[in-house]
Amino acid sequence: MRLPPQPGELIDRSETLRFRLGESELEGFRGDTIGSALFANGRRVFSRSFKYHRPRGLLCCSGHCPNCMMTVDGVPNVRVCVEPLREGAVVTPQNVVGRLDMDFLSVVDKVGGPFTPVGFYYRTMIRPRRMWPLYERFLRGVAGLGRLDPHAGHSRRYDVEHRHARVLVVGGGQAGRAAALAAATAGPGVVLVDEGSRLCGHDLPGVEELALATALGIWEGNLVPVDCGTVLYRYRAERIVVATGAVEQPLVFPGNDLAGVMLPEGARRLARDFSLQPGSRAVVVAADEHGLESADVLRESGVAVPRVVDLREGGHELEAHGRRGQVRRVSVGGDSVDCDLLVVSGGLQPAYALLAEAGARVEYDESRGIFVPTELPDGIEAVGSVTGEGLERIVAAPAYEGRGKCFVCVCEDVTTKDVKRAISEGFDSIELAKRYTTVTMGPCQGKLCQLPSIRLYAKERQVYEASIGSTTARPPWAPVELGLLAGRHLEPTRRTSIHFRHEELGARMMWAGPWKRPYAYGEKPEGEVHAVHDSLGVIDVSTLGKLLVEGPEAADLLERLYPNRFADLKPGRIRYAVLTSDGGRIMDDGTVARLADDLYYVTTTSTGADAVTAWFEWWNAVWGYDAEIVNVTGALAALNLAGPLAREALQRLTEADLGPDAFRYLDAKHVDVAGVPCLALRIGFVGELGYELHFPSAAGEYLWDRLVAEGARPFGLEPQRVLRLEKGHVIVGQDTDSESNLLSSGMSWLPKMDKDDFVGKFALEHFAEREERERLVGFTMEENVVPPEGAQIVVDGWPSGRVTSARRSEQVGAVIGLAWLPPDRAEAGTRVEIRVDRRLLGARVTHGSFYDPAGERMRA
Amino acid sequence: MSFLLPCPHCGPRPVDEFAYFGEVTRRPKASPTLRELTDYVYFRDNVAGPQREWWQHRDGCGEWFLAERDTRTNDVLSVSLPGPSRPE
Repeated sequence: MRLPPQPGELIDRSETLRFRLGESELEGFRGDTIGSALFANGRRVFSRSFKYHRPRGLLCCSGHCPNCMMTVDGVPNVRVCVEPLREGAVVTPQNVVGRLDMDFLSVVDKVGGPFTPVGFYYRTMIRPRRMWPLYERFLRGVAGLGRLDPHAGHSRRYDVEHRHARVLVVGGGQAGRAAALAAATAGPGVVLVDEGSRLCGHDLPGVEELALATALGIWEGNLVPVDCGTVLYRYRAERIVVATGAVEQPLVFPGNDLAGVMLPEGARRLARDFSLQPGSRAVVVAADEHGLESADVLRESGVAVPRVVDLREGGHELEAHGRRGQVRRVSVGGDSVDCDLLVVSGGLQPAYALLAEAGARVEYDESRGIFVPTELPDGIEAVGSVTGEGLERIVAAPAYEGRGKCFVCVCEDVTTKDVKRAISEGFDSIELAKRYTTVTMGPCQGKLCQLPSIRLYAKERQVYEASIGSTTARPPWAPVELGLLAGRHLEPTRRTSIHFRHEELGARMMWAGPWKRPYAYGEKPEGEVHAVHDSLGVIDVSTLGKLLVEGPEAADLLERLYPNRFADLKPGRIRYAVLTSDGGRIMDDGTVARLADDLYYVTTTSTGADAVTAWFEWWNAVWGYDAEIVNVTGALAALNLAGPLAREALQRLTEADLGPDAFRYLDAKHVDVAGVPCLALRIGFVGELGYELHFPSAAGEYLWDRLVAEGARPFGLEPQRVLRLEKGHVIVGQDTDSESNLLSSGMSWLPKMDKDDFVGKFALEHFAEREERERLVGFTMEENVVPPEGAQIVVDGWPSGRVTSARRSEQVGAVIGLAWLPPDRAEAGTRVEIRVDRRLLGARVTHGSFYDPAGERMRA
Repeated sequence: MSFLLPCPHCGPRPVDEFAYFGEVTRRPKASPTLRELTDYVYFRDNVAGPQREWWQHRDGCGEWFLAERDTRTNDVLSVSLPGPSRPE
């Protein structure tokens, strides 16, 4: 039943919105919150409590308490009291086994008391141990609030936006608006955010206003994330003005969680904003003027208020009695009054959490009985009642004891009895008690329970509140959806310039670091392997990292970065290169071609380009060599043309002399191929005669097409892996890990230990003296079974090594692979056993290449 | 970690634009003992207070530079480009 239209109401009675609660179709007005619309439809119980499953109704109506948390359109834990109603919203109650008015788990409330005291989960359900699976299933079912729809995340889009403000004012009350206006007179860049909709109707010239926007905290560098529903604004502000006001505090008495027990602001909002009668007969019990005034608001709305109790006139026994979870009668000062609404107020407590997060100190103000912030950090100000300004002295007794449960914390269902028990068990510091009882750790984060719990603590321990101190409320100030913090789900993808040609050719694309690469072009990668061995193949290797190192001291820089020598590398020649750290570990590998005396062309692994660039630049910053490093990975495409027919095919596209003596293995030459200027590198990663062509990306598809037209069969990453494994070529990061060094990886020939210095030299000196722990070797399976990566190698019943790569090679006629083994098992010909699916399969250790060990084919 | 770090080229920027490369270490001279090497590779002073450290403006100009930062407060006391003189 709505009241007659009144000035200032937020609802628009001309527009009706329909929504659903469970099976029922309900209606509300534009401007309603879901909470007010449910209330208008006669709903009084909104949720079931966390532990005891007690029925709960609207308490604060301000988005603070957990009582109205429901699932809205699949999003759990929405405070419906502040969630605007929208057409077609689907609302479901949560934490309910059964119905809101008939919850089977409320049996915990009736008989569970002795079995579920504070901290029971630390002590019970431990023995007998074999019962744990059963306990666990039960606990997982009842723990937590709400249920996350695993598919819901994809239906909402969240964004993060970075913004700047000269002055950011948090809180749109009187003080906040005044501060914003004052700041706006000094210039632009003033932003005012408020979590509610009260800014509507206020026109503040020069101020950017954000309504329904919650400042989640203040981080260093004056960073304030503002939750606007599906957008998170990350505000950087020169100056922050906190005007978050004060939060009404509840009273602690038996029955204080019944539906119909409300804070003054809750009753006021229902009556004034939504033109609803919060009840028909009300009792008002308040410890401050602000609370007592709510009696007038109620009377104006036609609510009978037979009794108003001013707690400042002396303590009163207070107890609320209910039926079906709703207030029916209140005993106060020895009288019993029938009512369906009990408005209580324990005074106002400054909402200082943002200031405390920013580094302010929080102090107990003995004279007023509240905590106030002091010692604000630079660049942060506080105005209005958050400073304690204008707040009354609170004298209310901390808690009235009675027979029923008195809740100190409605979020976590912590009663006065729990707090007392915690104290008697020795949790006598507030920080310990907080963790043990979980008071202040629920969704309200202490907004409604910090002060009452500290007062109760002080009373029980007979000390002053000031000596108890307060616990730290950590950000976020209000619950926030994880999706909002994560932002939009974006996974950057890198495509080579030939990407779409691969797709047209039917390539199965796979992730390779940030890149998309063809796995293979057909169902059978073996055919592509054959093509490379027997005739000609081409693979897109544009993903290789490509760096130019140029300058008078480029040679000195590379000489010192790499374990092997580059100063004596002749222009036009190439060397294999492995980067090591000063810990002696293998970081990346590739080739280094010297193009001129002062110019080197460095390739890295596909995923290592950025890290290698940064590594080069850092060492050069340390050493200060006269050399420039330019990452040209994206600018250049690269194709590896490989196979016995590679020379003939390439010769048809170029006038350059490709003869075996003119263009030798490990030569680097500038060659025009089909009119495209290429840097051609003769290297043999896949073990056959091959030319790696590096050229401007723009010509990617063109040159690819020309090579394919010359008979080169496209091959993907999988055939390449088979081909390189046949050669025993290592893939850094696949066959090596962060513990691998050059000596154990079978590359002891590579580091030139007589060089004065190189990164990793010191460690290699020590590795050489140390007993080897494991060695990277090849193996051939006795059976035709491919062991998975990481398969265990068993020696005398003990796990002693692991497989890093394995593939079936038709060329070799066996399953081959690479593995780490203890040195005493690493001799060629040793038999080891590899565990595959609970079976132990035999394998023989091999050294060197499985295919063409002399390397005649790639040198051809 | 959301403090502002002044890049010597670009001025104050959010710290997430930068890559951190740890405190400035002293690389041992030729043939260090195992203890000296281990100390250099694996151990850090981890001071609570002003610390000289390497940063790169990774998502900006790309420059490597040195910063002196108070690790307790994240106050950046100074930043500088590595000088032309080689530290070793």
